[in-house]
Amino acid sequence: MAILTFREAISQALWEEMERDPRVLIMGEEVGVWGGTYAVTKGFFDHFGPERVLDTPIAEGVIVGAANGAAMAGLRPVAELMTINFAFLAMDQIVNHSAKLRSMFGGQITAPVVIRAVGGGGRQLGATHSQTPDVVFAHFPGLKVVAPGTPHDAKGLLKAAIRSEDPVLFIEHATLYQAKGEVPEGEYLEPIGVSKIQRPGRDVTIVTYSKMLQVSLQAADALAREGIEAEVVDLRSLRPLDMGPVLESFRRTNRAVIAEEGWRSYGIGSEVAARIYEEAFDDVDAPIERVAQMEVPLPYNRDLEQAALPKADDIIAAVRRVV
Amino acid sequence: MASGNSKLDKQELLRLYHEMVLVRRLEERSAILYQEGKIGGFLHLYIGQEAVGTGILSVRRPEDRVITAYRDHGIAISCGTSARAVMAELLGKATGTSKGKGGSMHLADVENNFWGGHAIVGAHLPLAAGMALADKYRGEAGVTICFFGDGATNIGYFHEALNLSMLWRLPVLWVCENNLYGMGTAVERASAVSQIRQKAEGYGMPNARVEGMDVLEVRQAAEKALEAVRGNGPFLLEVITYRFRGHSMGDPERYRTSDEVQKYQANDPIGIFRRHLIEERKIKVEELDTEETKVEEEVEDAVRFAESSPEPAPEELFRDIYADPVVPQPDTGQS
Repeated sequence: MAILTFREAISQALWEEMERDPRVLIMGEEVGVWGGTYAVTKGFFDHFGPERVLDTPIAEGVIVGAANGAAMAGLRPVAELMTINFAFLAMDQIVNHSAKLRSMFGGQITAPVVIRAVGGGGRQLGATHSQTPDVVFAHFPGLKVVAPGTPHDAKGLLKAAIRSEDPVLFIEHATLYQAKGEVPEGEYLEPIGVSKIQRPGRDVTIVTYSKMLQVSLQAADALAREGIEAEVVDLRSLRPLDMGPVLESFRRTNRAVIAEEGWRSYGIGSEVAARIYEEAFDDVDAPIERVAQMEVPLPYNRDLEQAALPKADDIIAAVRRVV
Repeated sequence: MASGNSKLDKQELLRLYHEMVLVRRLEERSAILYQEGKIGGFLHLYIGQEAVGTGILSVRRPEDRVITAYRDHGIAISCGTSARAVMAELLGKATGTSKGKGGSMHLADVENNFWGGHAIVGAHLPLAAGMALADKYRGEAGVTICFFGDGATNIGYFHEALNLSMLWRLPVLWVCENNLYGMGTAVERASAVSQIRQKAEGYGMPNARVEGMDVLEVRQAAEKALEAVRGNGPFLLEVITYRFRGHSMGDPERYRTSDEVQKYQANDPIGIFRRHLIEERKIKVEELDTEETKVEEEVEDAVRFAESSPEPAPEELFRDIYADPVVPQPDTGQS
C-alpha cells in the first residue's frame, strides 16, 4: 500500500487508463498546457501529446457534446468540467444526450463518456462556484453518478468509469484533493453502484458519500470517545444507488443519520430516508435524521459560508438525538 | 439543371427519382396515419425538401457518418434505411429502427451509418464534431455530414461546434437546410444576418449557398463541398429549400400565405427533376411511372409490415437503458 492524495489517485487512474487504452483521451479547459486547473493532468500533455490531451475553448456545451459524439463513434473520452457549476452549461448534453442516447435509439448507440466535474463548497468562491448539486444529476436514469470519498475509491472507481460502457458523471470534491489515504500498488477496480461500509459500528448508521464521508468519519471518532459506535456507510455511487449495505446496517442499528453537503430539500437524505422507511419500517427505533446544507445560496464571507455548510458537530448532534 | 452530372447513368438517375418519390409518398402516408391516430407525438414532414437529402447523400460514401435533426424520415431513407423500419418506428413497433423507443424524431440506423434523428435544436452539432474528432483521431477516411435547420444557427451550440470544428480542422460537412422558417418565425425575424452562410465567415470556414429544389444542383454542390472537407476540415453548405407542409402536423400556418406556399409548390423538386429526366435525358414517361408504381407498392408494404409488427414487449421498458451488464435494482425497475 502506498499513501497517496486524492489528487494523485485520480491522476494515476487517468494515466494508467490512457497507457492501457488508446481510445481514452482527455478534453477540457486547461487540461493540457496548463496541466489542469487542479493539477490533476500535470505532465499529461507532454507525455501523451496534443492529440490525446485536448485543450478546448471555454464552451461546456461542445466539450461534453463533442465527448458524447466521440464516445458514440467508439472512443473513451474523459471530459473535464472545471467545476460542476459549469455543468449547467452542458446540462442538455448530459441529461438529454449522455443519459438518453442509448435507450432512445433502442440500444444502437452508446455514449461511454466520463465527465469529471469538481464540486463542493467551503473555499469562499461565492454562490455560483460552490454548489454541491450532485443529486440533480442523480435524478436521471441512463446516467451513472459516482462521487468517491477516499483516494482508494477515487482511483478504483475512475478506472471503472472509464471502462464502463455507460456515461458516468464523476464528481470530485475540491476540498478532498489533499486528503491522503492508502492506495494499493497494483491494478484494481472498484465496482460502480456498490455501497461500502467504511467504518463498522453497532449503535447508529451514518449514510454519506464524498467529502461528507471524511466529515462523518471524524464525527464517528468523536462519538466513539463517548462510547457511541457509529457505522459509516459510503454510498460512493448516487446512481445506481445501492441500498443493500445501508439496509443491512440499519436493521442492526435501527437508527440512521444521513449526511450530505448539498441542500436538504429533495436531497440524498430525502431519498435514502424514504427508502429506509419503505423497506425497513419495522426496524425503525427513532426518526431518521438528515444533516445537510442550509437552504441558502452560499455566501462569500468565510464565517457565513461555514455556518451554512454541514459539519462534524452537526452529525454528532444528530446522532445524539437518535441514540 | 446543373451540368456536370451528365456522368450519371440512367439507372442512377432513376434511383434518385425513386428515392425522392419514396420519401414524398412515405411522408404523405405518414400524415394520414397520424390523422388516424396511429402515429403519436410530433410528426415533422420532409415534403418539399426531398432534393436536399437525396442530392447530398447521393455523393456520400458508406464510411461517411450522417446525423440530422428531428425532420429525419427522408434522411433515414437516403441513408439506406428501409421504408419498413422507418414506418414501424413511426408506429412505435418493436421492428422499428429504434425498437419503438425513439419515434418520429429519433430514427437511427447505425448499420447504415445514420446516427439519428435528434430533437433538441442544435444539440446534435456538437455530437457531429465529436464523431468527426474520433474519425480524425483514428485516421479514418470518413467524414461526418450534419444536417440542421436555419433555426439551429441562432443557438449557442451552432457557434461552439462551428468554432471547434474549424479550430481542430474536423472533417464535418455542415449542411444548413434553410427552409426559410424556424417553426413559424421567418429567418429574417430570427437571424441578424439573412444569409446563414455568412455565419461560417466568422470562423474562417469555407462555405457556399445554393438553391435546393434541383436535386442535381444540390448533388453537384455537395460533391464540391465534400471534396473540400476530405482532408482539409469543415465546410458549411447552406441549401435554400421550402417545406410544403406545416412545421409539424397541426401547424395552423398563420405565418405564411397560401399564395407563398403555392408559389413554392409550383417549384416542386420532384416535378423539376421529372421534367428534366423527360426533356433533357429522354427518359420515357412510362419508365418514371413504373418507378412511381414501385414506390406505391413499397409504401403499402411498409405500412402493412408496420401495422402487423408486434408492439414492444413489456420487458423492453427496462432494456437498453444501461449497457453494462450488472446494474443494481433501482434502475432496472421499481424499488
